[in-house]
Amino acid sequence: MKNLLGPAVVVLVVLALWEVLHLAIGNSALTSPWATVVELKDLVLTADFWQNVAETGKALLYSLIIAFVGGTVLGVVLGVNRMSGAVAEPILLNLYSLPKVTLYPLVLLVFGLGISAKVAFGVMHGLIPILMFTMNAIREMRPVLLRAARTMHLSTRQSIMHVVLPAIFPQVLTGLRLGFSLTLLGVLIGEMFASQQGLGHLLTNAMNLGDIRSIMAIALFLTVFALGCNALLMIIDKRVQHR
Amino acid sequence: MASAEPDVKVSANGRMGRRARWHISTESYLRAAVVIGFIALIEALCRSGIIPHNTMIAPSSMLMNSIDILHSGRFSHDILTTFGNIIVASILSVLLGFGIGLALHAVPPARRAVEPFLSAYYAVPTFIFYPVFIVVLGVGARPIIAIAVLLAVVTMITATLNGLDRMPTVLHKTALVMRLSPWRAALHIKLPATLPYLFTGVKLSVAYAFIGVIASEFILSGSGIGYAIGYAYNNFQNGDMYGLMFIVLVSVTLVNVALNRIDRRFQLRRKR
Repeated sequence: MKNLLGPAVVVLVVLALWEVLHLAIGNSALTSPWATVVELKDLVLTADFWQNVAETGKALLYSLIIAFVGGTVLGVVLGVNRMSGAVAEPILLNLYSLPKVTLYPLVLLVFGLGISAKVAFGVMHGLIPILMFTMNAIREMRPVLLRAARTMHLSTRQSIMHVVLPAIFPQVLTGLRLGFSLTLLGVLIGEMFASQQGLGHLLTNAMNLGDIRSIMAIALFLTVFALGCNALLMIIDKRVQHR
Repeated sequence: MASAEPDVKVSANGRMGRRARWHISTESYLRAAVVIGFIALIEALCRSGIIPHNTMIAPSSMLMNSIDILHSGRFSHDILTTFGNIIVASILSVLLGFGIGLALHAVPPARRAVEPFLSAYYAVPTFIFYPVFIVVLGVGARPIIAIAVLLAVVTMITATLNGLDRMPTVLHKTALVMRLSPWRAALHIKLPATLPYLFTGVKLSVAYAFIGVIASEFILSGSGIGYAIGYAYNNFQNGDMYGLMFIVLVSVTLVNVALNRIDRRFQLRRKR
């Protein structure tokens, strides 16, 4: 209970600052925390909102699966083969820091409007961090484990399945937590530019209408969702690391 | 840790002797071969029409278009605006991040309270608050810079905290023994001691500043490279669009290569 006190104070401080800013610049510029909660409550009661949430959730789920499986598999390949890892790392780091929004017209032209473009955007954001974490985890694995695998005459497949993957599991989970954030970001950006459905689309709509109430309500929803998922993954993360 | 990027590893290069140096150059050759091969593949696919012309133009034409854009000066205003914003945002977030990092490190309870949020920060798509910033700061460069700083500052805070954590205790004690004021201790002891870690933060901050500025320009803006690319896309001007994209990708890559090179030098110094 004690370690929840600090974060609770931070939340209260943020709420207070929000209220002060609201009072300073007026209701049309920034709705108050309470009004935002009320607006969100109204939104949550509409079926339309949940349809958009489901749309975003579906895209997020697909992207996460692709980013996680793809990132882990590529990470294992590049981690086990040191040469290819060393060749790929700077390229990956550079890809990671590219402003991927720049590429959105290309993604749209290739994937068309709709869910595949959103998923592609999510994967573009989330795959590389997961890959890098997996790769570095394998590189930093205790060499004795691989030596043990060799002594037991395990095949490559066996040593990956029974030695490498269990050994790097905690780091892969940490990578997944970071990858989750970026994938969500990617899906939302994809929706903002390239979709007729989803929370990102609701946001763009509200932005174009200058509808600050809806923007803040959706932003609040997303913030709570993102922080909640992150906290959940962090708890799992801690439990696994402690083993 | 909170940084969205896996801690950049000094690849084993630094520690090894002559044999390693030979090894490095093989890697660089292979890397160049991979990149060139990939570009050549796309070029071939575009030229042969397997990738249709209205989806993507060949890399060589992108290059020609970008040279044309730079030469004619049609988008010079947009390009200068964007890079100006990125520079301002990077500087602001580095200074702000270092300051906040120092402050948080000095007050452990505050740090413990804030830390969970720092590590969850990048889960929140910051630029959804862009419209609020427009109302508060007005249309123009300021809300764009604010969004970019919001995006870039946290990685700098994390890097600063990380650096201060790893600073040898003896240096803290030295500051005490010499009775340095907090300001002087920060400037003369903490800053140089944490520099290698700070630089990793600087590198990431610059990357985030790029993302923040260009993404905001896409969403709502009347100038800048992001706006120009969006405009070209909406008007089916593929030549301009790919030319501008090419300029962004190449400049980000060049900045990254330069920063990585400096970073590597710092990391080696850390090892000594």
